[in-house]
This record gives sequence, C-alpha cells and structure tokens, in this order.
Amino acid sequence: MGRTIVEKIMSSHSGDDCRAGDVAWIEIDNRTARDFAGASVVGNLEKYGGDSPIDDKQKTFFTFDCNVPANTIPYANNQHRIRLFARKYDLKVFDVDAGIGSHIVIEDKFGKPGTTTVGTDSHLNIMGSVGAFGQGMGDVDIAYAFKTGNVWFEVPHTVKVTLEGIPAQGTEAKDVALAMLRRFNNHELLGKAVEFYGPWVEKATIEDCITFSSLATEMGAIIGMIPPNDNVLGFFDISREEAVYADSDAEYSEEYILDINGLEPLIAAPPSPSNVSPVSEHSDVKVDGVFIGSCTNGTYQDLKYAAELLKGRKVAPGVMLKVVPATRETWSRLLDEGLLKDIFNAGGIISNAGCGGCASGQIGMTGEKEIQVSTSNRNFKGKQGRGNTYLAGIGTAVASAVLGRIASVHELKEVRT
Amino acid sequence: MTRDMILRGRLWVLKSGENLFSDIDTDMIYHNAHLAVTEIEKMGQFALGNLDGYKDFAVKAQPGDIILTGDNFGSGSSRQHAVDCFAALGVQAVIARSFGAIYKRNAINSGFPIMELPGLPDNLFEQFDEVELDLEKGVLSKGEKSFNGNPMSKVARDIYLAGGLFQYAEQM
Repeated sequence: MGRTIVEKIMSSHSGDDCRAGDVAWIEIDNRTARDFAGASVVGNLEKYGGDSPIDDKQKTFFTFDCNVPANTIPYANNQHRIRLFARKYDLKVFDVDAGIGSHIVIEDKFGKPGTTTVGTDSHLNIMGSVGAFGQGMGDVDIAYAFKTGNVWFEVPHTVKVTLEGIPAQGTEAKDVALAMLRRFNNHELLGKAVEFYGPWVEKATIEDCITFSSLATEMGAIIGMIPPNDNVLGFFDISREEAVYADSDAEYSEEYILDINGLEPLIAAPPSPSNVSPVSEHSDVKVDGVFIGSCTNGTYQDLKYAAELLKGRKVAPGVMLKVVPATRETWSRLLDEGLLKDIFNAGGIISNAGCGGCASGQIGMTGEKEIQVSTSNRNFKGKQGRGNTYLAGIGTAVASAVLGRIASVHELKEVRT
Repeated sequence: MTRDMILRGRLWVLKSGENLFSDIDTDMIYHNAHLAVTEIEKMGQFALGNLDGYKDFAVKAQPGDIILTGDNFGSGSSRQHAVDCFAALGVQAVIARSFGAIYKRNAINSGFPIMELPGLPDNLFEQFDEVELDLEKGVLSKGEKSFNGNPMSKVARDIYLAGGLFQYAEQM
C-alpha cells in the first residue's frame, strides 16, 4: 500500500516507515516560538535545558508577531526575556518589525515542500499550503524541540477531498475555505490530515494556498495539505521530484467530493468559523469596522487586491478600516508600488506588519455590539474584542467597508469611482 | 502530584442548556488577555473565565475536581495556559467526548490526565457526582453507571507516569 503526503514526510523525518496511527519521533527542520508562548519556552529551557538547551541554532528561531511592538508591560517583558535568551545562545530573532512567523518561514524559503516546522502558533499548519508539514504546539513541546530537535507525533489518518469545478468570478480562496467549513463543520475532520485535489487546487497561487490551508485549524484538522502545483514549485524554484506527493495507491480514511463550481462569496457569522452562509443573506447588517490582514489574508496578493478595489473609493462614514500586511517584505512591496497610498486615501489605517486583529490589541479591539468584518480566521466570542466578528475574503471586506454594510465585491462594482 | 491510574473526585459537568458543552475553545478556557502570565500558579484564577455560565469556576472549583465536557474541547490556539490553569487549581483530569488536537498534545506533554469518551450521552453523569476515572481502561463510573471510552495511549501513559515530557525524556 502506498503512502499519503503526511506519511511520507513523517517517514523521511523519522527513519521509520510511518503509517497512520503509528507514534513516531519526528525530526524538525524549523523549530520556532513566537512572542506569546516564547517566554514560557525560555522558562522551560532554563528549568530543564541544562547546559545545552539548543540542539541546532541554525534551525531554531523566534518570531515576534502577536503583540508588536509590545503594548503592555508584561508582553514587553516577555519579548525582552526572549531577546536576552536568544543573544546568550546566538539564536535568530525575527523581531517586532518582521511580521507573521509562519509567513516568514515560507517567504524566506526555510519551509520548502516536504520539510517539517513546529512553533507556538496554532496556524503553523499553514505549511500544508506548500506541501510541507507544520504544527502549532504548546510551550512544553516546543522547548523539547529546541533542546532535542525532535517531537513525538501520532501519524494522522488522511482524508482526501476533491474540490470539483471552478468558483464564480470574484470568489476567492477564503470563500473556498469557508465552503469547506460549511460542509465539514469544525470537528468532522478533527485530528485528520486532509489532502486537497481538483482543478482549483491545481491553478491556485501560492497566496491562495496559504489562505486556504490556514483555515485547516478551524476545520479541526491537523493539517490541510495541498500537493505543490506549478506556482508553488516555481516559488521555491524546485522540480516535482524535489517535492512530496501521495502515492496513487495511498490509503485514505475517507474520500469526499465537494462541488465548488460557480461558488459565490461566503461569510462566517459569529460566533463560529463554521457558521457559514452566502454574503448576500447578510446585506442588512450595518458594519462598524473592517480588518484586512492576518495569516489568512495578509499577503501581497491580498493587499494588492484590496488596494485595487479601494483605489478612487472611500470608506463609508463612521466605518474603521484597519489594514495590516503580514510581513515587512509585503509592506515593502506595497510601499514601492504605491498601493499603500490607495488604501490610505480611501480612509484606511495601516499598521506595521504582524498578526493584527487576531492578537489582543495590535490594531485595536472591538467594543460591545460593534460589528466587524474581518479577513482573519476566528470569530469566537471574545476573540477580537467584545463585538461580533464576521469572517470573509478581501472583496467582501472592502465592499463592506465602502458600503457600510455587509456586501459582496459584486455590489462594489456598482459604486462609482 | 500523584501518578495514580485510578482517580476519584467530584465531577464538574459543563453544560450548555441540556447538552454537554461542545466546542469550548481556548479563549473560553483561558482568555488571550491573560497570556502574558508565565507562572502556572497564577493561571488558575482565569480558568473558564470566558465561558458562559462558568465564569466563577475558579472560585468554586476544589482541588481534586474532575471536568466533563462535550466535543472538541480546547479547539483554537496552542496556548499551554489552557491546560496549566486547571492544574493550578488542582483539577485532576479533564474528560471530553473529543479534544482539539493541540490541546490533547499539550495535556499529554505536561503530564495532565485527559480521557476521551466518544459518544458519551449528555445526561448520564450529573453535576458533582463523585466519580471514579480509570485511565488504564478508559472508564468513567459512579457506582452502577459507567461509560467506556478510549484507554490512555502508551505515549500518554509513559509521559503521565514520568510526570511530563522532560521528565520522560530523562528516563529514555
């Protein structure tokens, strides 16, 4: 019997023939911690790490992305505790200017197809977007990975999902991910790896893949694996032979087909990412604020699209538009190409790179009864403040900001520039 | 902390209406406003502090209590705080129909006992039942009534008996 992508990656990183259900010690190529749990990782290493708490400093780094720059004393203390530890052991810190760690792992090409990455970010399974393995873990696990280079893992069963058809014009990767959440809820794929196939997946840009795979956590899945297509191979400048694909006779625990042909824009109403319905059913909801960014929708492609839609238009009176590029590199490209100016002129607030609206406070919180449309990935009660958050793609977010109510990108086209 | 394979204690049954509470995410268990806390003993006060109906849990919980919930407990972020806050209060174990994947790892690695009881009916056990939890066999019981779930996996058992992942590694 052949093997799935995750079985192959775990086999190559453990030296064993790993099959679903096996428990294996997996060697980790990129061992990371962010500013939130990073200080606890340091604490664990100081307590248990002995004289040599770092297995391989070339493979170990910190990424500050949650509370950047720190806006409370405790976070400032934690970040600086990490910096001092990193200096002592000569570890790289992607500091408060750098942006979202998971995106840096892809952008800087540490996380090539077939590699393994762990960190304290629960969306590190975003690495599935490039056919690599990634997993968010708590501070005990990560400290252990820093010290030994390995973590144990129960090899997950893999579910095969074929996305049939091509979505309608104006429908984005986010909408396709929301269609998955609508179909599978937030626990039907619990603990499973998922491999995605179909014509949309084969043509998706690397940014589309990132958006799509970032929602695997909300599906309850261990990881959403996209077999590297030509766009992803081109980004890493590698051949098909250097990436990892499933065998044709790989064993899947379940196989599903999801029809996305002609899919229209979707939105997840509070309080759950799986509470999904068409955007058109919410057109009477007045919007107070819009957040564009996060590891789900903060790429150059996402913000370029937002800027193009906003060019010559204005955010509706009384609506806040908060925009946070994922990384400093994204910021730089948007700046060079004049795209930030279009966002600014439309009335947007632009913050430094980072996680933005998902972490407490980088670009403000919502108040009670405040309605926010967000391009991020979580709308649980209390996650982004006291208000009510709707999750949607870039087109819906921009249209809602301009019209002051929930609207799809199709309605935006009726607004004259 | 004792490392018994049979635990006895008072059961907190977390419910939403008539049903076992499902999809309790890590922000409901331990809100992100308190993530800068790094000392475990200070985390107990925030346990379930953002869960409707249980915001006073930290005040009412007693050492030795056992928690019972529905599906997908601990979904959401990777924060270890969401496990450690219960340990800080002396809660002995968390039982659920199923757990979020990262939560499960975090509990296992810190040597905190968890038990999965897939298919557990909503009303078999009642609030403050004095129960027995057999980690080896995967059974929750009170007198005559009992429910069989998943026995602790070998990795989980080894790490639990060692007292945590690092302590386990020292034995390897």
